Amino acid sequence: MADGRRTTASRLGLRVVALAYVGIILLLPVGLLFWRTFAHGIGPVWDQITTPSAAHAFRVTGIVAFWTVLGNTIFGLGTAILLVRHRFPGKRLLSAFVDMPLAVSPVVVGLALILVYGPKTWTGSWLADHGIEVIFSIPGMVIATIFVSLPFVVREVAPVLEEIGDEQEQAAWTLGASKLQTFRRVTLPAIRWALGYGVVLTLARALGEYGAVAVVSGNVIDKTQTATLYVSAAYQNFDTKGAYAVAFALAAVAILALVVLNLVRPEERT
Amino acid sequence: MGISVRNVTKRFGSFVALDDVSVEIPSGSLTALLGPSGGGKTTLLRVIAGLETPDAGVVDIAGTDSTQLPPQHRNIGFVFQHYAAFKHMTVFKNVAFGLSIRKRPKAEIRKRVTELLELVHIEHLADRYPSELSGGQRQRMALARALAVEPEVLLLDEPFGALDAQVRKELRTWLRRLHDEVHVTTAFVTHDQEEAMDVADVIVVIANGRVEQTGTPDQLYDTPANDFVMSFLGPVTRLQGRPVRPHDLEIVAPPTNGAVPGHVARVVRLGFEVRVDVATDDGEVWVQLTRADADRLALVAGAPVGVRVASSPYK
Repeated sequence: MADGRRTTASRLGLRVVALAYVGIILLLPVGLLFWRTFAHGIGPVWDQITTPSAAHAFRVTGIVAFWTVLGNTIFGLGTAILLVRHRFPGKRLLSAFVDMPLAVSPVVVGLALILVYGPKTWTGSWLADHGIEVIFSIPGMVIATIFVSLPFVVREVAPVLEEIGDEQEQAAWTLGASKLQTFRRVTLPAIRWALGYGVVLTLARALGEYGAVAVVSGNVIDKTQTATLYVSAAYQNFDTKGAYAVAFALAAVAILALVVLNLVRPEERT
Repeated sequence: MGISVRNVTKRFGSFVALDDVSVEIPSGSLTALLGPSGGGKTTLLRVIAGLETPDAGVVDIAGTDSTQLPPQHRNIGFVFQHYAAFKHMTVFKNVAFGLSIRKRPKAEIRKRVTELLELVHIEHLADRYPSELSGGQRQRMALARALAVEPEVLLLDEPFGALDAQVRKELRTWLRRLHDEVHVTTAFVTHDQEEAMDVADVIVVIANGRVEQTGTPDQLYDTPANDFVMSFLGPVTRLQGRPVRPHDLEIVAPPTNGAVPGHVARVVRLGFEVRVDVATDDGEVWVQLTRADADRLALVAGAPVGVRVASSPYK
């Protein structure tokens, strides 16, 4: 009995601590953001996020997020399969490199990209001669965002691939399925939720990226200004209403994607 | 026809899994690849299936040199120890997989899958998912899935290894009957000699990457090629240093000429069988007697006795 009570008490304590931690660090600021944004109703918020500059910033964010998600979904799937299903020299190195974006500050990523693609570099001027501008334009921002959100799909998909093993795939081969058919009909259905989660995390990261994009975009209003850069600029110009409204919209999209994914995902079958 | 493996060698790094192995699996037979774990039998099966590429040698399936063919084009059925069920598909879809890859008409697929599910007695489970099946049912589903594409040969890798003893015995009897019905050339891997003797027409004993002996269960049991095969296929004891089956020995009391003298160390009654350990000058010998024989001899610990090889019909 005493034992049971102690367990219940400690479990209750743990729960309180965990909830308090999440509450203070996460829910309180997001909740306050929500509250401040809608202090005067929905109308003013809508006006703020549909000003021409804000709308343009959303469009830029959308374009960057689209290419980032596309690129990292394909790369992430390929890398996860490579890391789990194949043996090759340099495998551990590749695995370590995939995690690097988590360790390196996004500002450093931005500066590093300028060193490679900047207008005064060999690569940058060669690309400029061929009509491709990387720095201070969309391609550079996409590269920067791809860089910082590189690990998510790989790290979500790889453990699931590991867990399902390769016997189902081999069984499909012996039944006559080509590698592509096996991927589409056996592997992909088995990893689809992990892939979905990786994609949503990538999307959320792409929507929220600030540091790397701030360095490579040049932050030109109505040209290369993303929604996060817009929030920062608006806040610094004492346009707090605009800053809160756009910040809220950004957070809402990312949270919505996560919630939707969790709702449609069925209970895990064993 | 059947399967012919000639001079196959397979290395994993410095480990030699198969060392110049040649095996003939007769057409229509049910052949067991029997041996201890790590002996190379699973590697041999996977080489036949095309899931491993041999470093040297030739694999011939039904008269076609298949060494360079990928598993997709070998016309084989493969059953894995852990079923390898497609977890996101129903039992029906699992069994239909090979046929739908071959783009057969819907009506034909439905007919064939229904037949196969009846053959393996899980027709009532067609709409279930593999997670809702028992291990034995999953393995039968895997077998139906492999048979659906009408393979030239059926390969089973420790098919009953993950099942409990009771289900295991049932399934192997059932596999034997199934083979009598469908007659497809079948090779299965096992480390259980009882299972191999019970089910197979032909047993190939494989250890340390080599074939130790090939033959019918009786041939292997009665005329083993070497000590390894002898001790792997059944109980062995030593009389004056020579390996011999304990049930091929008899006890004479009192000791007579021609019998190895000793005295009874202990008598253990195991139901119908009685195990008598006899201490001789060359160490202890284990003799297996029937209860009637033991009672007739009235053996007690310490009694002087003689041990000799009984006259047997196959010696």
